[in-house]
Amino acid sequence: MSERMILPIGPQHPLLKEPIHFKFTIEGELIVEAEIRMGYNHRGIEKAAEERTYLQDLYLTERICGICSHVHATNFAQATEEIMGLQIPPRAAYLRVVVGELERIHSHLLWLGVAGHEVGYDTLFMVSWRDREIAQDLLEIITGNRVNYGMNTLGGVRKDLDAEQIDQTRKGLQELAERTLYYGNVVSNETTFIARVANVGVLPKEVAYSSGAVGPTARGSGLDYDVRKHLPYAAYGEIPFEVVTSPRGDVLGRALVRVGELLESVKIIRYCLDHLPDGPIAVKAPRKVPVGEAVSRYEAPRGECIHYVRSNGSDKPSRVKVRAPTMGNLASIRHCLLNQQVADIPIILAAIDPCFSCTDRTVMLVKEGTREAEVMGWEELRLRSIARRPI
Amino acid sequence: MIILWGFLQALIFPGFLFLSVYALFAEWLDRKLFAQMQNRIGPPLIQPLADTIKLFSKETIIPKAVQAGLFTLLPYFSFAAVVTSFLFVPVYATPAISSFPGDLVIVAYLLTIPTLVLSLAGWSSDSTYSILGGIRALTQLFAYEVPFFLALFTPALLLGTWNISEIAARLPGYLLANPFYFIPVLISFLVGIVALQGKLERKPFDIPDAETEIVAGPFTEYSGRLLAIFRLSIDMEMVCGASLLAALFLGGPQPFISWMPGIISYLLKTLAIIFILAYIKAAVGRIRIDQMIRFGWQILAPLSLVGMLMVVLFQKGGLI
Repeated sequence: MSERMILPIGPQHPLLKEPIHFKFTIEGELIVEAEIRMGYNHRGIEKAAEERTYLQDLYLTERICGICSHVHATNFAQATEEIMGLQIPPRAAYLRVVVGELERIHSHLLWLGVAGHEVGYDTLFMVSWRDREIAQDLLEIITGNRVNYGMNTLGGVRKDLDAEQIDQTRKGLQELAERTLYYGNVVSNETTFIARVANVGVLPKEVAYSSGAVGPTARGSGLDYDVRKHLPYAAYGEIPFEVVTSPRGDVLGRALVRVGELLESVKIIRYCLDHLPDGPIAVKAPRKVPVGEAVSRYEAPRGECIHYVRSNGSDKPSRVKVRAPTMGNLASIRHCLLNQQVADIPIILAAIDPCFSCTDRTVMLVKEGTREAEVMGWEELRLRSIARRPI
Repeated sequence: MIILWGFLQALIFPGFLFLSVYALFAEWLDRKLFAQMQNRIGPPLIQPLADTIKLFSKETIIPKAVQAGLFTLLPYFSFAAVVTSFLFVPVYATPAISSFPGDLVIVAYLLTIPTLVLSLAGWSSDSTYSILGGIRALTQLFAYEVPFFLALFTPALLLGTWNISEIAARLPGYLLANPFYFIPVLISFLVGIVALQGKLERKPFDIPDAETEIVAGPFTEYSGRLLAIFRLSIDMEMVCGASLLAALFLGGPQPFISWMPGIISYLLKTLAIIFILAYIKAAVGRIRIDQMIRFGWQILAPLSLVGMLMVVLFQKGGLI
């Protein structure tokens, strides 16, 4: 078949959990061109952060993402603490790691289920999401919340762990470790799953590097890069763990990396619980923030997340910039999709574990063939925001 | 009077009404088993009926771009083909309500019609997802249809008859008398089950309506009454397929124990087949269309040929 068809996917499509638009040009079942168009879910959080105090922003940034909420809150706290020149107590650093790694476990189990669903393996989806509840229950025990934990504060954390909670966490981890080993077995042995993910969406190491892939996407292509190891933050410098990589470069490689990271996360949390330092959990943060700027990096479950905060000396930041990991991985998607089958679109997209709403920015539409763009001024934007009826 | 009796049989039991009720029950059982295997609760017994009634009461939208006549007619066509095929399958006793030498061929072809209708529905829907689904349905047909036919014809070849009711009546006794034939019949039965899974477009062969890829495939543009008819015809196809396999390989209504009524025996056998179908659905993921074709021609077709060849060799070679 040589006839070309345009297959539009999104902004509304059962494959997508969030609105984004893909325009695929296909020949039969083969993808010959892929176009990505974003901009359906811009929420203006960076702008909103400039209108709020640092402490309010901590809770605002926590709501950037529903899954990596601890990532953004910690990241913002780290950047602000750097401007303030605060050193958080060691116990707080360990507790941040515990929550962060539990979050990684629940995020990776969620991904495993989504990946199963995308290749039509719904049993894996149901079962891995059932076990994800263990991680969520632990988070609830530790922080009091299942999703937006509210664990961080400027200068440390807000809640301490007592002996009973540590005991419960250990029990939960035992179960999680057993289940994860089982999933590792399923992922590397189930014939239909392997058939759908092996040699699919191949991303060579060089392309992963040049397109700026991060996190499990990069590590699945053999790039040994993990912020936790190479630019340690919180307590990661003291904790022994392995960076899991896979030389495969395909979707299976990324799946194996995630399963490996699940086991590493369990190890990290166990180490933290065993070596939890004594002492206070927070230091008092000053109300005024000195003039300055800081960049903070954090290894989110999806990859490196970067926050940039600039202070002009008032109680509100003058600029907050968030680079979510999906932004880093999005560029590599096109390479993965070209010359693949239509049937592989869902799993290739899912393989970077996309989180489009965290990534989305305002998009300006340029008229085709020209460089003319419709630019809206502040006045018009304001008019639109207060207009009762659509203009 | 005889005409009236025949009419009642075709319409009520074991014909249309029984088939409808059993199809809805089979859909519920399939969904419930699938849910239980996935650690979910699953739907209540009345759910498939409620779904059907809901769909019947909803507006039927016919897109402007489609050929309205064909688009409307296709679901009924599929429905009629499946209901007709059920008349030839023995339910409570052999022979079935309608039976003549060679009805196996008719049933095999009637059960092909839903797939063809599906691909036509995809083509006539004028939507990218539907067209892709239609192409996939037709492509997939080539992978499972030949093994399915070969598997069905193995017992026919064994007993030298093309009559479903006669095969159902004679096969168990014949197998007990000549236990060597268990091997080819078992092979053909397994091939038949896997091919039936493809025919019904269930995992791992639910490629034509892969939700995450092409929405609902050929069904994407269907709604309301037409969708209800389509769904019902697919449920019925599952019952017909299971009944056909039960009749050809397990003796259909032939009881295991002498006092057991034929209908109970039939229900037990078909439910067992539906259980196997649900188990396969829960245990695997969806494969790609090229993998499906390869699987069909490299594993299923040779296996069914082996089954057939064994029958021929045993008979001609006089091994028994």
